[in-house]
Amino acid sequence: MTGWPLLLDTLPAVQRDRLFTLADERDFPADSTLFDEGGVADRFWLIRSGEVALDVYVPGRPPQVVETLGPRQQVGWSWIFPPYRWHLGARALGPVRTWEFPAAEVRELCMADTDLGYELMLRCAALIAERLQATRLRLLDLYTPRGSVPS
Amino acid sequence: MTTVPLPYRVTAVAAENADCTSLEVMPVGRALPAFTPGRFAMMYAFGVGEVPISVSAIRDGHRLVHTVRAVGAVTGALCRLGAGDAVGLRGPYGIGWDLDGATGSDVLVVAGGIGLAPLRPAVRHVLAHPGHYGRLHVLIGARTPEDLLYRAELDHWRRASAQVEVAVDRPGPGWRGGVGVVTSLLDRVDVRPDRTTALVCGPEVMIRHTGRALLARGLPAHRVQVSLERNMRCGTGHCGHCQLGPLLLCRDGPVVGYDRTRSLLAIREL
Repeated sequence: MTGWPLLLDTLPAVQRDRLFTLADERDFPADSTLFDEGGVADRFWLIRSGEVALDVYVPGRPPQVVETLGPRQQVGWSWIFPPYRWHLGARALGPVRTWEFPAAEVRELCMADTDLGYELMLRCAALIAERLQATRLRLLDLYTPRGSVPS
Repeated sequence: MTTVPLPYRVTAVAAENADCTSLEVMPVGRALPAFTPGRFAMMYAFGVGEVPISVSAIRDGHRLVHTVRAVGAVTGALCRLGAGDAVGLRGPYGIGWDLDGATGSDVLVVAGGIGLAPLRPAVRHVLAHPGHYGRLHVLIGARTPEDLLYRAELDHWRRASAQVEVAVDRPGPGWRGGVGVVTSLLDRVDVRPDRTTALVCGPEVMIRHTGRALLARGLPAHRVQVSLERNMRCGTGHCGHCQLGPLLLCRDGPVVGYDRTRSLLAIREL
């Protein structure tokens, strides 16, 4: 573990620097909205500090939080695939510091530098697979009582 | 070691959540030998039956705490006990956490559900010996915020320098903590793979996935200790009910190195 955002922690320094030329530091106050479900996914974030909650809109109820993300984790992958719309909403649970990346420019950089593009897409694919697997595990409802031994 | 239950008296009862109760017990006469974190006792609810329950706290002398989840007749009877009631205990059984082997290293605790109970004495031990260990990280997964065990104690652990992260599957209104599977919390921790010992307990599926995730982060399998469940009856390795491949978990476990169990956990039960 390096302390870099997980997306970039094993990326060669040259490629990481190239990507970071597109990044801006951006802070979100507590309870602010990063994006809403269905909105245009034109950017993504790497969290430097703080917590972000991903939620789903359910009519007649407050947004249902389905996952939280913290330092070093990536917020958003819907920017990779057309039609570039957010599948979930995202809110800052407290003050959040991020690096913000513009999606279109990152995609262009990936096309122009296919080595970087391949590496970045591999990491995003791994992230998506990990979140899919985590979702499947939670479907198992693992913590319900199954047996008594040993506690 | 006696295989006859010794009489103990319940001295305190604490409801931990909707179905888990912690029982503090003291010997009525002769006491069992000293317990160490991760080992378990066979607890006998008189007239009902006997179950293995890990020790969840070891207090001065021979006061023991066992956290019991009511899932059947015996555990239900144990959870209905009150202060002053009698219970039978034999043990201590099994192999606990190798905390001596973790000396000098960071300790990473990963607990799922009631798996936090056998890990609690290990956490307390590490906090009580700050010079002996490096950083302490405690990652906890629970179904809901209400299911979390030892909620008041978690803040004490934080104040005592442990990094404690919690993720629940189903947050309720007002929950401001983490949501997600416990393995996602590994991303929040700066694990130093070459100097970390991991202690893992929870549902077996969670142990499998946590083991894989820890190895993916560079931890060697022999630095990952897991506590496993099987149907323990005798506690002495004779009846064979708790067999897992070449292991009898009541005798060779419940705590076993992931290097020994990794392949065994991939075998489906018959």
